[in-house]
Amino acid sequence: MPIVDIDWLKEHVEVPEDLTVEKLAADLVRVGLEEEDIHTSSVTGPLVVGKIVDFTPEPQKNGKTINWCHVDVGEKYNAVDAEGNKVPRGIICGAPNVGKDELVVVALPGAILPGDFEIASRKTYGHISDGMCCSERELGLSDEHNGIILLREQGFSQEELNSLELGQDAIHLLHLDRPTLEINITPDRGYAFSYRGVAREYHHSTAQPYVDPIPELTQKAPKASANGDVEVLIEDEAPIHGVVGADRYYARALHGFNPASHTPNWMRRRLSRAGMRPISLAVDVTNYLMLDLGQPMHAYDLDKLVAPIVVRRAREGEHLTTLDGKDRELSVEDLLITDSPNGEKGSRIIGLAGVMGGLYGEITAETKNILVECAHFDQVSIARTARRHKLPSEASRRFERGVDYAMQPGAAQAAIELLSRYGSGEPSNNPTDVDNTVAPAAIQFKVTEVKRLADLDVSADQISSILTDIGCTVAGGGNGVMSVVPPTWRPDITMPPDLVEEVARLVGYDEIPVHVPAAPVKDTGLTPDQQRGRWVANTLAESGLVETLSYPFVGDADYKTFGLDTEAMASRSVEITNPLGGDRPYLRTDLLHTLALTAQRNIRRGLDNVQIYEIGHVFHFDPAAPAVPALPGGVKPSDEQLAALDAGLPDQPLQVAGLLTGEAVTKGWYEDTRAIDWTDAVSRVRRIGDRLGVELRFTAPRNYGELPATFESETWHPGRTALVSLNDGTWIGVAGELHPQVNENLGIPAHSAAFELNLTALFAHLSDQPLQAKPISTFPPVKQDLAFSVDESVTSAQLESVIEEAAGDVLESIQLFDVFHGDAKNSGLGEGKKSLAYAVVFRSPSKTLTAEDSEAIRASIVEKAQVLGAQLRS
Amino acid sequence: MADTAVFDEQAVTASVTEGIEKIAQASSTDELKALRAHYAGGDSEMTRASKMIGKLAVEEKKAAGQLMSKLRADFGRAFAAKETELKQAEEQAALEAETVDVTMPTDRHPLGARHPLSALMEDIQDFFTSMGWQIADGPEVETEWYDFDALNFGPDHPARQMQDTFYVKGEKATDAAGFKGSNMVMRTQTSSDQVRSLLGKGVPLYLACTGRVFRTDELDATHTPVFHQCEALAVDKGLTMADLKGTLNALAVAMFGPEAKTRLRPSYFPFTEPSAEMDLWFPDKKGGPGWIEWGGCGMVNPNVLRSAGIDPDVYTGFAFGVGVERALLLRHDINDMHDLVEGDVRFSEQFAMGE
Repeated sequence: MPIVDIDWLKEHVEVPEDLTVEKLAADLVRVGLEEEDIHTSSVTGPLVVGKIVDFTPEPQKNGKTINWCHVDVGEKYNAVDAEGNKVPRGIICGAPNVGKDELVVVALPGAILPGDFEIASRKTYGHISDGMCCSERELGLSDEHNGIILLREQGFSQEELNSLELGQDAIHLLHLDRPTLEINITPDRGYAFSYRGVAREYHHSTAQPYVDPIPELTQKAPKASANGDVEVLIEDEAPIHGVVGADRYYARALHGFNPASHTPNWMRRRLSRAGMRPISLAVDVTNYLMLDLGQPMHAYDLDKLVAPIVVRRAREGEHLTTLDGKDRELSVEDLLITDSPNGEKGSRIIGLAGVMGGLYGEITAETKNILVECAHFDQVSIARTARRHKLPSEASRRFERGVDYAMQPGAAQAAIELLSRYGSGEPSNNPTDVDNTVAPAAIQFKVTEVKRLADLDVSADQISSILTDIGCTVAGGGNGVMSVVPPTWRPDITMPPDLVEEVARLVGYDEIPVHVPAAPVKDTGLTPDQQRGRWVANTLAESGLVETLSYPFVGDADYKTFGLDTEAMASRSVEITNPLGGDRPYLRTDLLHTLALTAQRNIRRGLDNVQIYEIGHVFHFDPAAPAVPALPGGVKPSDEQLAALDAGLPDQPLQVAGLLTGEAVTKGWYEDTRAIDWTDAVSRVRRIGDRLGVELRFTAPRNYGELPATFESETWHPGRTALVSLNDGTWIGVAGELHPQVNENLGIPAHSAAFELNLTALFAHLSDQPLQAKPISTFPPVKQDLAFSVDESVTSAQLESVIEEAAGDVLESIQLFDVFHGDAKNSGLGEGKKSLAYAVVFRSPSKTLTAEDSEAIRASIVEKAQVLGAQLRS
Repeated sequence: MADTAVFDEQAVTASVTEGIEKIAQASSTDELKALRAHYAGGDSEMTRASKMIGKLAVEEKKAAGQLMSKLRADFGRAFAAKETELKQAEEQAALEAETVDVTMPTDRHPLGARHPLSALMEDIQDFFTSMGWQIADGPEVETEWYDFDALNFGPDHPARQMQDTFYVKGEKATDAAGFKGSNMVMRTQTSSDQVRSLLGKGVPLYLACTGRVFRTDELDATHTPVFHQCEALAVDKGLTMADLKGTLNALAVAMFGPEAKTRLRPSYFPFTEPSAEMDLWFPDKKGGPGWIEWGGCGMVNPNVLRSAGIDPDVYTGFAFGVGVERALLLRHDINDMHDLVEGDVRFSEQFAMGE
């Protein structure tokens, strides 16, 4: 984001003498330009000007050559020899551009360079190096590190160079003592990507006098024609969204340029401090003006171009080697600048319009005649090209946010003035201007909108004056409606709320009153399902589990951990195009898969008894789902379109999962501990059912019949897992022990237990109606114990349900209180049999049960139990 | 024997007196009960004497009756007094015997914990429902239309590219620029629920949406690719930025105490106009009270209302979004995002079931 240098800002707006960057940041943030960072040099002295008196190249064994230099750093800092005479310091320097009599920047022992790099005398390469000759990078000036700073290349005039004294402070000389402000530009304020724009905003914030440089420059520019210095054709055969890629192409020539000329020091320094590397006068001037005025420009060697210049889209298969040396395959959407050698119109590509130039046509050390291009390109076209080629250049950043489309003549004028001043040459008086820009439409602005949206009382006069100050042309207003034409540098202003924002931010957001709105009393509060989600979460936490939240991303390794087939899982997992880690490109289909990673992390940190749960969404890819349509914003889609949007989305139910390891009962002084097993998972699920008031069914997989397609049986212990379903048969989850192999893969204890329930499915089954209470019987109960002998394959749930059915309404409660298994020695039961003993309570709602009544019930139970082969034990 | 039996005044008095003396010496309630059986039971002198009264002459009956009443009452008083004394002593002994070290730990089934992010989101929801708002939660895998287009982020909007979006893989769909894809993303903002709710619930609408959002930021001390936001949206006739400020201040106070407040700075979001960044005045800021960036807000852009078929000339609305992690980090002086995302139970256990 752009750097603001107070020194440069002063070119366009008056600033107080004592303005600090901190104050500047505070002033700018008030109008919406946010501080990103304040850049201060972290160099502390002594950093001084020195002269290389002599140097001796010394080749090293590693193939490098270092230079043993003697550097004169002035009387004060020079070394003292054995006789007490002041002599130049000995310094080791590996830079290739060391030269006798070069003025350089020397960090002396005690200096601290960026990165807390403290300079000290040290023995190296067989010498005592008594300081360091610095590169630009070492001082934090730029990324330049190909050699040390040679002051004659820093753009000082000969006069300035002559006046330098050895030993003079270089911190001030290089402006290292002046901080800069980096600001954030929101996407709507492209114009603030320039000093021209920032200065205007500073003026809005502080009312300091501001002069827009463009009108005067535009005035000075000669009259242009469509066929001036060079013929230009805009031939866009494939406009994006119907918008031609370039609506203005302005070009102006400078003849007789001196290619040996140098960029002035002040400009080099400003560019460096803005983070741009000075290159050559022609390139530096275009960069400088881009930063100053916001107009990206390109300078061509005019003699290499063959007219006409054609702005067109790329054709299938075309390539361009851009300035960064990369060969790029072009897309038919890329807008190009081309010229026409050998009479073939538009046949040679010289640049990716508004993004980056090509190698051909660049300014070189031989360039005598220059053509400066100032164009205005379509934001979308530039944005797409920059995105496609991953080339977010300084130019594209500006074009995609919107560049003033009226400043091209003025900007070119400024460029030509600087080039001719510092590089000599004769400006052309016949620029080319192909201008198809359309003046911005007037916005009909009801002045009451300011009150309606911002609740600010601002008079029509004040509104008019604020809008005029930001550059609008304001007319009318007598009937309460102004006709407002936004400035050409504000393409973001298109509708009344945009104008309200301008008025509100210049009046000050702090002036807006404060009021708490009263919402209508309708459909307020949590929905039943939102309540239920909280109940489930709190129930589990109350029962000792700790809630965790994991990232929803999984990969093949996770599927393997759970014994699952990676291909089968991939085919039903939603996949991310650009995952953070290539190893986890899918969205989880089960919470358990990511919850387990959390458990692992805890166990690896030395924690025992990790018992955790998570509530979150899982995602099921449906290969048969229809495509999601692309629809425009700002228009309500039809019902069919809305349905199509949702139809394409994957099923993403809310689920809850728990994972329990270690001890079920905390080891204590009072009794023995017990390890976690399947009962701990099942009981949590039963508890959830109880909390929600829903009866859940637990079925062993082998008794379930056809297993649900998404039940991942490989993950679970086949004999210690229950499928959980609702009374209507809807499958909602699993509870039990993990498969021993899964425990081993995860590195968690054997018999670790887990559960996972689909809450969306569960909640959908629940009634939002109030519970209808049953009357409480006050007749006496009859309590009995019933023990049955059954085959091992018969489940408790089966027997219980038979008892419930047989007893009917009079069964008040039933509790399994004893189980034991027969073996060869137990004559009473025998192998393959087990005993299930129940304590039952009968109670009639309408009478006292007699001995005969309860005997009849008992007989009915015994008879029905025979269906399961169950025998009542006496 | 029966014939010769007489009411023996001396014998019964002596027996009762002896009984009372023995009661005084009794050392347990069992012994006491045995004494009562012996001196006042069916075979006792007292019972025998009582039975004899009927055989006495009328004139003797009265005196004998009075004597027996007195003896019975004396005995009963002595017994009751001793019984109380012994019971108290025995209870005292039993209590002594049952005394334990009550400082020993007793938590066989310790409490678990809610994750503080979930708990905070519930607090935020409760704030909104207390103001009469509704709570919504949209899908995490969302169509680009709801996440971007309906919110005025056109297909080529620079802000759309700046969102560091996770895209869902697919080749069935075609986007506005003709690129093949799924036209689905992991929602980058809970604002994606704005138009969904406006379409589903109509206006007036006062709605908050808390939930998970996703951006392609690597996890570090201050960033996480999966985080939580709370989006608030109000659309009604006559809503202004003043209502936005009022709601923000009320939320700030609910979250950060009575001294908290908010301020707005001009900013830009495609789905609001005017737009603002919201700073929170945080009294407990390290190094002294100060402003901290907390979220973005503004008046709902007319194009967003139009996406939901609502006439922006009739209705206005405001919206804001705040980061839940940020609020949690601030409130509890947490310095590292890792603590929030790693699921280390020791972290959540500090918060138990909420604060």
